[in-house]
Amino acid sequence: MESSNNSPVSLRDLFVQFFIVGAVSFGGGIIAYERILLVDKRKWLSPDEFMAYLAISQTMPGLNSVNLAVLAGDKLRGAIGAVVAVLGLILPGSVFVLVIGILYTSKSNHYLSNLILPGIAAAATGLLGAITYRIGEEHWRHVKSLFLIVSTFFLMSIAKLSLPLVLLVMAPIAIYLYRPSKKQ
Amino acid sequence: MSILIQLALSFSLLSILAVGGGTAVLPEMQSILAHQFGVDHTQFVHAYSIGQLSPGPNMLMVLIIGYRIAGLLGAGVVLLAFFLPSSILCFYAGHLWSRFGESPWRRTVQNALEPVSIGLMASGVYAVGKASIFSSATLVLALVALYLILRTKINPVLVILVSGLIGALFTYFS
Repeated sequence: MESSNNSPVSLRDLFVQFFIVGAVSFGGGIIAYERILLVDKRKWLSPDEFMAYLAISQTMPGLNSVNLAVLAGDKLRGAIGAVVAVLGLILPGSVFVLVIGILYTSKSNHYLSNLILPGIAAAATGLLGAITYRIGEEHWRHVKSLFLIVSTFFLMSIAKLSLPLVLLVMAPIAIYLYRPSKKQ
Repeated sequence: MSILIQLALSFSLLSILAVGGGTAVLPEMQSILAHQFGVDHTQFVHAYSIGQLSPGPNMLMVLIIGYRIAGLLGAGVVLLAFFLPSSILCFYAGHLWSRFGESPWRRTVQNALEPVSIGLMASGVYAVGKASIFSSATLVLALVALYLILRTKINPVLVILVSGLIGALFTYFS
């Protein structure tokens, strides 16, 4: 793959730019922020490269946004670039989560947190439902993928198998159903 | 010391099993935490909710879990264990990719894993919902949030915060 821009990127710039993405992406949509940074703002990746990296990020385990930072950082500055990009991405949220987490864990604020957290948890469930629905949007209508979704859910939540076992059963079935056709 | 090793092992495993993103491992994480570390479902859901309020990748809530179980050191161990293994895998996958390029099998694996990870996410909704929806009020809040996030452009963080306030007022005055 040819790079779209050959001027070297400083590690500091890489860190700062991913730090900004990690700090402003309240409420999700972090992939979109990364695209704006990598393709539009800095032109570190061509749109094609971005799509290829996104596809790898989605295929591999782990968080898509973090995987994308790994691949982009590696492309720009090698292994150290990958580390720097990921650190920048997760640092703001980590500090935020840890501060609130420590406040939550300390005894003094328990009354207030018990008052406010049930409503927050309920809405967070709604958000997770919405994200799941949206990601699955075109899948709900196809028999093949609906079958895989329902069986996976059944094995995990109703039969209560462990995740490695569920993947061991479902991944071969899914790959068989989606195997490349000979015609292509 | 042994609890840190246990944390590291559990979260490394979750890391490499997280196909389609972190949400897919929520139910497994919840049951591991309940059985091995004594984190009950309510604490888990609260940590998850705080994670949803924060900027950046949505699974940073593992820090709260790590902190609860083994303090700051626990938080650090969990963060490394959860993000490092999958990142290393992805790093090498990127290198293999640039050497071998697009193959029909990569597309196949992605297409095949997508519905499986949606099924796992649905299990995640179920797991989180079981702990967070315990009254008609919380059910209404969850459904209203679902509707607003799907149908409007309001930032989810705002929806979650307002829901927290309404829930608090409701509990306070009832």
